[in-house]
Amino acid sequence: MYGRKVKLRFLFVSLILITLILTVFLVLKSLEENVVYFQSPSEIKTLTELDKSKIRVGGMVKKNSINVNSDEVNFIITDFKNEINVSYSGAVPNLFAEEKGVVAEGFLKDRNFFSATKILAKHDENYMPPEVKKALEEK
Amino acid sequence: MFKLLEPNKIFQITSKAPGYVLFLFVVVLTVGLTEALILSPEDYKQSDAVRIMYVHVPSAWISLGIFSSITLLSISGFIFKNKNLFLIAKSLAPSGFVFNIIALVTGSIWGKPTWGTWWAWDARITSMLILALFFALYLIAWRIYEKEEKVFKITTFITIIGIINVPITKYSVEWWNTLHQPASINILSKSSIHSSMLFPLLIMTAAFALFSLLIFLMKYNTELIKIKNKGLDRL
Repeated sequence: MYGRKVKLRFLFVSLILITLILTVFLVLKSLEENVVYFQSPSEIKTLTELDKSKIRVGGMVKKNSINVNSDEVNFIITDFKNEINVSYSGAVPNLFAEEKGVVAEGFLKDRNFFSATKILAKHDENYMPPEVKKALEEK
Repeated sequence: MFKLLEPNKIFQITSKAPGYVLFLFVVVLTVGLTEALILSPEDYKQSDAVRIMYVHVPSAWISLGIFSSITLLSISGFIFKNKNLFLIAKSLAPSGFVFNIIALVTGSIWGKPTWGTWWAWDARITSMLILALFFALYLIAWRIYEKEEKVFKITTFITIIGIINVPITKYSVEWWNTLHQPASINILSKSSIHSSMLFPLLIMTAAFALFSLLIFLMKYNTELIKIKNKGLDRL
């Protein structure tokens, strides 16, 4: 139906695509550590060597764990398996709250203690009006 | 098949269409903006900042959609040696690029009050930036190379490399930890966005799609006029 040249060009484009997909896949697979924006407390626990450089830890702010002192905010980030204590001095974003997502940027003191230099609130994928939220909570 | 279509005949249709499309666009945009800015409720957590989403999400969808279309058109044009498909792809690109920039800028404006930062080098945001760079490369290539044979090949090559980035953008929020939230709208499972917010989102998407169509028609007509001026009677 189609000419030999058309078939050859189709094969050519397909081969380029397959080669590219495989290459990009392998590159991303080997760079996974750098592609992730933050690590979970469980991943911190399994670290064999403590990272001296700046890292990010993310998860949920544990319920009733926020403790505001005169110059410091302390709270616990949990992924419901492991948790890590975070201390931070500075202003937190508006959406920072208990049982909500958070990403802390800073330095590990040890496997259980993290000193943050920046706090980001992570928004989840749920969008709803306040009345609906209230109705859900009453259920 | 397309080769036999005379530019004059295509032009007869596409030169009249922009007026109607503009009218539809204004109507749909008015409804969409009223819904998004006035009638839709505020979010339980981010309150009025949620309204940025009605511009941000449709822009991101449309820029990804346009890049995918450009790639499909360019590859088909390359395989079947069809000039018309390249011209359609070329005319689609500018609105895709503009919506990509809009998605990045509105995301930044939303990120500051909600996340607490204008920019984060997470997988979703970075891959959207890469998409913008590919759009820029594609558009610049059309300006640099004048010989048809050459510009067709180079732009096709750019889209083939760039298309790898599209599924990465889409699934980045599922594959890796990102600051950006995962998708709220799922075709197969229940969406995590309330219907009172989904409705304005879909209307705004329709409005932006109509705008892209309008810009496309204007660009495409310019290409057809250029062909006519060269005195060629077919594409």
